[in-house]
Formats: sequence, C-alpha cells, structure tokens
Amino acid sequence: MEHVGISDVYIFIISGFLGFYLITRVPQLLHTPLMAATNAISGIALVGSIVVAGENYSLVTNILAFIAVTCSTINVVGGFLITDRILRMFKKEIKNPQDKKR
Amino acid sequence: MNMIQLCYLISTILFILGIRSLSSPDTARRGMNLASFGMLIAIIGTLFNPKIVTYTWIISGLALGTILSLPISLWIPMTKIPQRIALSHAGGALAACLIGIAEYYRYSTNITNLSMAITGIEVVLGALTFTGSLMVAGKLHGVLPGRPITYKGQNFVNISVFILMIALLLYIIIHPQMNQAFYILLSLSFLFGLFLVTPIGAADMPVVIALFNAYGGLTSAVMGFMLGNTIQIITGALDGASGFILSMLMCKAMNRSMTNVLFGAFGSIAEDTKKIASSDNKTVQEISVEDALQFFEQADTVIIAPGYGMANSQAHHALRAFADKLKASGVSVKYAIHPVAGRMPGHMNVLLAEANVPYTDLFEMDDINPEFPNADIALVVGANDVTNPSARTVKSSPIYGMPILDVDKAKKVVVLKRSMNPGFSGVDNDLYYKPNTWMLFGDAKDSLSKLSYGFKKGWS
Repeated sequence: MEHVGISDVYIFIISGFLGFYLITRVPQLLHTPLMAATNAISGIALVGSIVVAGENYSLVTNILAFIAVTCSTINVVGGFLITDRILRMFKKEIKNPQDKKR
Repeated sequence: MNMIQLCYLISTILFILGIRSLSSPDTARRGMNLASFGMLIAIIGTLFNPKIVTYTWIISGLALGTILSLPISLWIPMTKIPQRIALSHAGGALAACLIGIAEYYRYSTNITNLSMAITGIEVVLGALTFTGSLMVAGKLHGVLPGRPITYKGQNFVNISVFILMIALLLYIIIHPQMNQAFYILLSLSFLFGLFLVTPIGAADMPVVIALFNAYGGLTSAVMGFMLGNTIQIITGALDGASGFILSMLMCKAMNRSMTNVLFGAFGSIAEDTKKIASSDNKTVQEISVEDALQFFEQADTVIIAPGYGMANSQAHHALRAFADKLKASGVSVKYAIHPVAGRMPGHMNVLLAEANVPYTDLFEMDDINPEFPNADIALVVGANDVTNPSARTVKSSPIYGMPILDVDKAKKVVVLKRSMNPGFSGVDNDLYYKPNTWMLFGDAKDSLSKLSYGFKKGWS
C-alpha cells in the first residue's frame, strides 16, 4: 500500500482527457475491437497482482492474488489475441471476388 | 528512475500509440501489435520487482490464465463476442476487487483514512462490476431471461441498498479496522451488481456492456492509486473514458438517456403498444423468391440493412455471396450499419467482416441515410426496430425519436423475415405495411441462398 500523491490525480485527469481525444477518433467500424483492445490493455492490473502474489505475505493474500493474476492474464492474453483475430478480418475491397476463398 | 519504471514508461507510450492506431483499420493491427509488445515489456519488468520473494503463485497464475484464455479467444464465434467481452470485464473487475481485499486484509490495522477510502472504492466498484458483468454475459448468452425483470418497489430497494453501501463505506473510512463492516460492504456490492442489471432487458445490453467497461476501467485506475502504480492509473483512465464514450454513443443511437436505460425497464412499456398495433388490420405484401429476383435483376443500386437476426441465423455468409453476385453484374452494393445493430458497439461490422465483406462497403448511418432515396432496393435482413419509420412520426411509440436507417425512402424495400413477430423491443414495425415494401418470408439464410443461386439464371 502506497502513499497517494496529488500528482497521481493530475495524471488520472489528463489521461481521461487523452482518452476522450483518442476514443472519439475511433470510427464506429472499429468499436468492437476497441472494446477488446482497451480490455486487454487494462489487463495491466496484472502487474499489480503479480507484485502482491510475489510478496508471499500469507496464504490468504497469496490465493487472492493468484486468482487475480489468473483473471488478469486471461484478459491480457485473450484480449490481445481476440483483438488481433477481429482486426485480421477487416479487409479492403477485394479486387477479384474469385481469388479469395476462405 | 529504475529499470522497472523505464519499462512502464515505454509500455505506456506503446499503449497510447496502440489505441491511437485504432482510428483507422489500416493501422489498427500494427498498432495493437505494438501495444501487446508494450504489455510484454511491462510484465517482464514487473518480474524483477525486488518486493517479489516467491514466483510459485505468479507462474501458476500466468500459466493457468494463458491456458484459459485460448478457448475464449481463438475459437469463440463472432456472434458470441459480446458475452465474451462482458465476461472479461467481470474477470478484470474481480482481479481488482481481490487485490483490494488482499491489501485490506494485510494492512487493515495500520491504514490511513485516505488509503482506506481508495481501497473501499476499489472493492465496491470491482465487486459490483464483477456480478453486473456476469449478469450481462448471462443475459446475452441466453442463460438468463433476456427480458427485463421488474417488481414493485424495485428502484426503492436498489436505492436503499446503494445508500446503505455509501454509509458503510464512510463508516469504514473513519474506522478502517472494523472488519465486519468491510465484509458486509463487500457482500452488498456483489449483490448490488446483480440488482443493477436485473431490470435491464437484453435490447439495452449495448449500453450496459459499455457502461461496465467504464466501471471496469475506473476500478483499474483506483487500483493504480492504491498500489501507487502510474501505468495502471493511465490505462484505467483510458479504458474508463472509452467505456463512457461508447455508452453515450449507444444511448444517443437509441435516443434514450442513461437514467432511462438503467431504470426505465424498456420491455414493460413496449407491451402496451404491441397490443394497440396488432388491433388494426393492416396488410402486408408478400413476395416470392422469383419475383424478388426480378426486382434485383433490374436494380442498379442496392443498400443492405443488416440486423443481429441475420448473423444469429448464420445468414451473413449467404448474404455476402448474394452481394458478390450483384456486384459482379455491376450493381452497386452498400451496407447500412446502424450503431445499435448487433449486441455491442460495432458488433455488426465485425460480423460482416467475418463473412469477408470488405469494410469499404460498410457505411455508418449518417453517411448512408442521404443515399436511400436514390437506391433502387433497400434489402432489410434481420433488422427491425432500427428501420421502423414510426420512430420519426409516432410520438406514442417507445422508440420515438430514435435515429433510424431511412430504408423506407428507397424506391423498393425488400424485407427478409421469418414471420410477422415483432422484434427485440416488441414494437410493431410500420415499414412492413408501406406500399413500396415487399416481405419475403422464410429463413433468411435459405432465401438468400435461393436468391444468389437464381440471380440472372433466368428461371423466374
């Protein structure tokens, strides 16, 4: 548990504005991969969970952190995999419809 | 600055670049590869944290998580993406909630009021997002009934629980060592997540799924505050902003306010109008596949309005095959995508992309609506409420004011539909009774296959 600094609050607010700016530029076309992607990225909670799991304070915190690491890993690995899988499907106009066969 | 912080700094930059790359489908994939590389750097950096004394739990968690992530990412069908995303919101929120509990368990005898406030908020938000998202996933998957479940005094119960939670939260901020109060608050938060989603119908899930995305992001940011982890504050804020913007967009696309979605219980209103609509005798024009083919053979421009029903019956591949045939004979084919077509923001685009429809053929509502009057045929496949012209005119309609696709302005409208049953919201669709509308009844996949088989074959 850390001491909360006011600079963290500044960072939070500025990131919120940055997020607003970035997300409004994402076209409706990519809203589903956007959700999958932000989901994967916010899986960064994994790093916090890893530290708690490694501190080996007691069995209770170990088990709680172990579940947290598992859940976050699912989000990170699964999130990036599925984002890529979705994005791979988006193709431009195909010149010759006979060429592409799934 | 030490190595770990340097790793986090690089990761943060890569994450921001990754999200920025999503502004265009050309750059998106590369950008996301950068972001995943950033994640790898962050994780490797973290493993060198001097606080870590044992790797047993970390490595088993990483391994188990990776194994579990594969089936829900590589093999899940695209129609099920919404519930999968909802599930991962639940997972992320649970992780934050559990870390909050672990930290409280460890420091509760020796914690400042400020840290307690942050931990408390993290645990509350995490717990309610966890159960709420599970409910969303259950409703989307059909495990739970999709209709809104309401009872008398529901809002009163929910508000009481909410007030009780706030009171308990304030109490433990002042008295952090009161363990019982903390665990009661935790249980109430889990319960509150269930209560929140119970009155919301499956039709409103695009809003709710985005809203829980926002809560999840916020939870993650608060966890960042608690652990003093800047990268997590930043990504949490980005995730939260994304969720809020998407839920606002979805609300706008349904012309509903957030309060109306959360407390309105849509389905119960719709019941009445359904009765009114079915009482007057209006007739529909039915059409056979052969006659429909004649329409299409004379058409120059076709705009397709797809809905979730199309993808659910796996008709999107058949639709694309038919569209290819049309295109090959020189017909201009475009797809009109309503923002709430599908079960989550942008879902329909993904479903069509899955069927190999090039994204350059997909048009957002505001861009395509002016083109309908020039279209020879508007082909409606599995879309209902988003094409209902009474949203423009009938003030008593529950969907009044909702922006719709102007399919009725096309010269001819062909609707593929299984039967005359009203759609998701239960509202009757005036489009079907217009003189320029023809109904082609039957399974959409079947009809589309027949259409593409018969097109320009001359057996009409």
